[in-house]
Amino acid sequence: MPAVSMTVNGKAVSGNVEERTLLVQFLREQLRLTGTHVGCDTSQCGACVIHLDGVSAKSCTLLALQCEGANITTIEGVALSDGKLHPMQEAFREHHGLQCGYCTPGMIMAALDIVRRNGNDLDEHTIREQLDGNICRCTGYHNIVKAIAAGAKNMKGAAA
Amino acid sequence: MYNFTFHRPTTVRQAAGLLSRNPEAKLLAGGHSLLPVMKLRLAQPSALIDLSQVEGIVGVELKGRSISIGAMTRHADVANSPVLKEAMPGLAAVPGSIGDPQVRNRGTIGGSIANNDPNADYPAACLGLGATIITNKRRIAADDFFTGMFSTALEEGEIIVRISFPIAKKAGYEKFKHPASGFALVGVFASKRGSDIRVAVTGAGSNGVFRVPTFEEALKKRFSPKSLEGLTIPAAGMNSDIHATPEYRAHLVGVLARRAVAKAVG
Ligand SMILES: Cc1cc2nc3c(=O)[nH]c(=O)nc-3n(C[C@H](O)[C@H](O)[C@H](O)COP(=O)(O)OP(=O)(O)OC[C@H]3O[C@@H](n4cnc5c(N)ncnc54)[C@H](O)[C@@H]3O)c2cc1C
Ligand code: FES
Ligand code: FES
Repeated sequence: MPAVSMTVNGKAVSGNVEERTLLVQFLREQLRLTGTHVGCDTSQCGACVIHLDGVSAKSCTLLALQCEGANITTIEGVALSDGKLHPMQEAFREHHGLQCGYCTPGMIMAALDIVRRNGNDLDEHTIREQLDGNICRCTGYHNIVKAIAAGAKNMKGAAA
Repeated sequence: MYNFTFHRPTTVRQAAGLLSRNPEAKLLAGGHSLLPVMKLRLAQPSALIDLSQVEGIVGVELKGRSISIGAMTRHADVANSPVLKEAMPGLAAVPGSIGDPQVRNRGTIGGSIANNDPNADYPAACLGLGATIITNKRRIAADDFFTGMFSTALEEGEIIVRISFPIAKKAGYEKFKHPASGFALVGVFASKRGSDIRVAVTGAGSNGVFRVPTFEEALKKRFSPKSLEGLTIPAAGMNSDIHATPEYRAHLVGVLARRAVAKAVG
């Protein structure tokens, strides 16, 4: 089986994978980073969103081998180094932006990319439109949208 | 998904060599059409040739009176290209309307055009602007490139390298998004470049993207949504599925064509 190496949450990792191994399988089954979820496996739901070289992507629609040499961030990598929650995670807690929590890792990774693309002052319309690739079966989105707006604001100034 | 061998060439020539040595091989661009289809076992290539490391096939450039886009340029990078937004915002709007942000971060123009999904957006822009598809072997006019749903003029071993779009003063795209997938239930691209007027439709036809000569003729008199008032196209030949009847699709073509022209004259 071919070898693959990449940086995940700041650490160099490597392993041997079948060519058809998806990035999400490599993360969950080999690295035991089970925060990244699989909701659909058909590129629709966004539960598997990670950052690939700083940009959000669906890890169920990427081969591990496509990420050779890449820099990956998963939900496990976003908390601050002192162990505190990232402002975006904190905002989801504060605003009750989750119920079962299945979609939450993907929502937060997508939200951080919305901030990267659109800045810290986000209106509701922008957030809803940019969350197009993430599905939640529980919340009705209302509190997720509120959480992202608040998280984005709180990231301003915070070392994120 | 069945297994395959995986290759990462760094030049177009190497990629072409790998294609010719592996008869059942497929090129892998963003993987956002191919990997889902492989998961469903509707495709089972013996080898995947990843184009992501190939030099010289990424980026948006202004070349004289054309915009040249490398095959591996991601949808998000085309949508956000300052050069393109300045030269032809009507074209930049096309990749901006594709799927969702994560799809736009991975999917590429070359992959979209090679795939020629009957509901994809880029084929309408290529045909609606009279683009030229440049491969490792030749130059193909968009009018000759799209040959039916999921079918193109590409031959075995042929790799799209870039796409050249002539800059039209007036260009607009209007799409009726399928609410679940984001694909175009119907999409219309309209443009005017001197006396060359084009109206191209995706999503509607049962044989993929097509032009509407009657609309183009009407727009020659005056390039304005008014010129299309009352004009329709027949429902025969329109696609039919659970999402929309042929009649509804034909109706949308008229509505969206008027809106696309309105956008183009902006
Ligand atoms: C959830 C979701 C929503 C989507 N919504 C839309 C939408 O709204 N509108 C839309 O248009 N598309 C949509 N798509 C499709 C998306 O745009 C794909 O990215 C695109 O169709 C294929 O591009 P790719 O780079 O991913 O190609 P791949 O999947 O890597 O390849 C597709 C095909 O093209 C071939 N190929 C790739 N590159 C080349 C090349 N340079 N030369 C020759 N052949 C090549 C491959 O061998 C393969 O057969 C969606 C996809 C998903 C998953
Ligand atoms: S598991 Fe990847 S998009 Fe649903
Ligand atoms: S909180 Fe349950 S799926 Fe979103």
